[in-house]
Amino acid sequence: MKPIATITSPGVPLLRDNIDTDTIIPSREMTSTGRTGLADGLFAPWRYTDAATRVRDPAFALNQRDAIGTRLLLAGKNFGCGSSREHAVWALAEFGIEAIIAPSFAPIFKGNCLRNGLLPVELPEEVVRGLAWQMVEIDLDPQTVSAGSERWHFDIDPEAKTMLAEGLDAIDLTLKQKPAILQWLANDRCTRPWAYLEKPT
Amino acid sequence: MGQTLFDKIWNAHRIADTAGGAHLIAIDRVFLHERTGAAALRRMAETGRKVLDRARVFAVMDHIVDTRPGRGDGTLMPGGEGFITETRAATHAAGITLFDVNDRDQGIIHVISPEQGIVLPGLTLVAPDSHTCTQGAFGALAWGIGSSEAEHAMVTGTLRMERPRTMRVTFSGALSPGVTPKDMALALIAAHGAGGGAGHAVEFAGEAVRALDMEGRMTLCNMATEFSAMTGIIAPDAKTFGYLAGRPHAPEAFDDPYWSALHSDEDAVFDHDITINAGTIAPMVSWGTSPEHTIPVTGTVPQGPERAHDYIGLDAGAPLAGTPLDAAFIGSCTNSRISDLRRAAALLKGRRIAPGIRKALVVPGSLAVKRQAEAEGLDKVFEAAGFEWRMSGCSLCFYAGGEGFPDGSRVISSTNRNFEGRQGPGIRTHIASPETVAASAIAGVIADPRTVARAGEPA
Repeated sequence: MKPIATITSPGVPLLRDNIDTDTIIPSREMTSTGRTGLADGLFAPWRYTDAATRVRDPAFALNQRDAIGTRLLLAGKNFGCGSSREHAVWALAEFGIEAIIAPSFAPIFKGNCLRNGLLPVELPEEVVRGLAWQMVEIDLDPQTVSAGSERWHFDIDPEAKTMLAEGLDAIDLTLKQKPAILQWLANDRCTRPWAYLEKPT
Repeated sequence: MGQTLFDKIWNAHRIADTAGGAHLIAIDRVFLHERTGAAALRRMAETGRKVLDRARVFAVMDHIVDTRPGRGDGTLMPGGEGFITETRAATHAAGITLFDVNDRDQGIIHVISPEQGIVLPGLTLVAPDSHTCTQGAFGALAWGIGSSEAEHAMVTGTLRMERPRTMRVTFSGALSPGVTPKDMALALIAAHGAGGGAGHAVEFAGEAVRALDMEGRMTLCNMATEFSAMTGIIAPDAKTFGYLAGRPHAPEAFDDPYWSALHSDEDAVFDHDITINAGTIAPMVSWGTSPEHTIPVTGTVPQGPERAHDYIGLDAGAPLAGTPLDAAFIGSCTNSRISDLRRAAALLKGRRIAPGIRKALVVPGSLAVKRQAEAEGLDKVFEAAGFEWRMSGCSLCFYAGGEGFPDGSRVISSTNRNFEGRQGPGIRTHIASPETVAASAIAGVIADPRTVARAGEPA
């Protein structure tokens, strides 16, 4: 995963509440078990007037001239709700999105962001609205978002911050604790034998 | 200070803390399906990582699998067969148990896990599926994750988690006749928003919850994810242990003192408390494009986001009941169990769906549910009423590019999501209980199930 330090980009506004992962990447756009080839289907129901022929809807924010090359999406409350499909994050990342600023995120989506180097930033609704089409700079280490002469602080869990800042792979990191895990399991197997199952034949 | 049910299970699984202050939580069960599990298995094969304890990992074909009678691996979804054949090969290579397309015990992940006794009180269980919270009905800590986290859980036996806050939702009193657990969940989300549970593990409590059977509890917990909660959980009781006794993967006896302590202590403090009088809840139907856009079936459409009104084609002030329908769906991990089918069939017996209903499906949650329903003759009741009787799977809870509803359909559906396009491009979904779906299919319009008397009862 690519480490994150600073992200500078115009903020493209999709300021609706409860944007769900079915809209971010519809099930019908997920045609293989891989994690690539998804950017084209990103927001397909809104981005195209006809999803089959891929005719673009000029009114949709990501189709605006100012959105070309954007790395930052601005969204409403509870962004990424619904299905757990990580394809939503893979599609956003493949499209070039590196950060999303919203008043709140759905929990599974937020977790998926952190495992794929996409930075979810939570700021109050009125602040998010004010960032629309502005050049925005996000600095992870001091946890700040700036636009023009204004600057806001955002909260992020220390674990999530480290993972993103250092581009860490969670599985590699956890495997370093494998001895402790195996010891715990050995003890647990004695105290909760019912929680363990026989190997399938 | 006492502990909540959530605290007890969480603390019993807390192996260590990470440098960043997160908790390394032991995961007792991982369940995969061919839609998102296939991606996790593929990555694991690519990286050469192995499953730590393959006896505790399961997989099932439910999301893409066809539900038409006589099915094989083929599906109308473009590329769908590839998910099925890849998942089969990957689960065999990984050495994990697979409930395959036409296996006797196949079904929707959250229907078969309890049927098989895979979920147990006090366990942690995860799946790359948002509705994994359904299984919290058994007093397990069960939650949905992404494919990467599924791989993490399989390879390490753990997840790195920030501890969520706790919320208790108490349903006091008793439900009125004709009102169901689905209506409880929708009433909660309508009152507190689709993001109302964000950051919280929610315990459902109160007399009206205790009174529910296990299938009703599953329906209630299922919708916790539509509330954006990490999970929903209900303290286990005699009904829970009675349901699980004798199931293939359940222990022979529930005699560990750990189980008898699985309830929130009297003096436990939750970060957030909500109380709802169950007696005030009416049958609920969604009017818009989020589960929070839900009102009593007797209500009128409120002013919501303009886009939701445009998509669904209903103006503020319009009465919801009487809205003409084109299709009806009974199924999904929310409402596809035997009790759901029995209640819907009781309304449909001796009746026909309205001529305007162009497609009506009943999709049992598992092949075991299907066999039970057929033994009771429910399949004949549904077919006589004009419903198609299907094999088990997720089916048209979502549109995957294959089978769909007729263009432009307005669907009354016992599913969990009424998002734009969820059941197909331009398809307008109204989520409701199986009873409301059955009553509405008969009427051809959104209808109050309480006004449709069961066969043999006075109207």
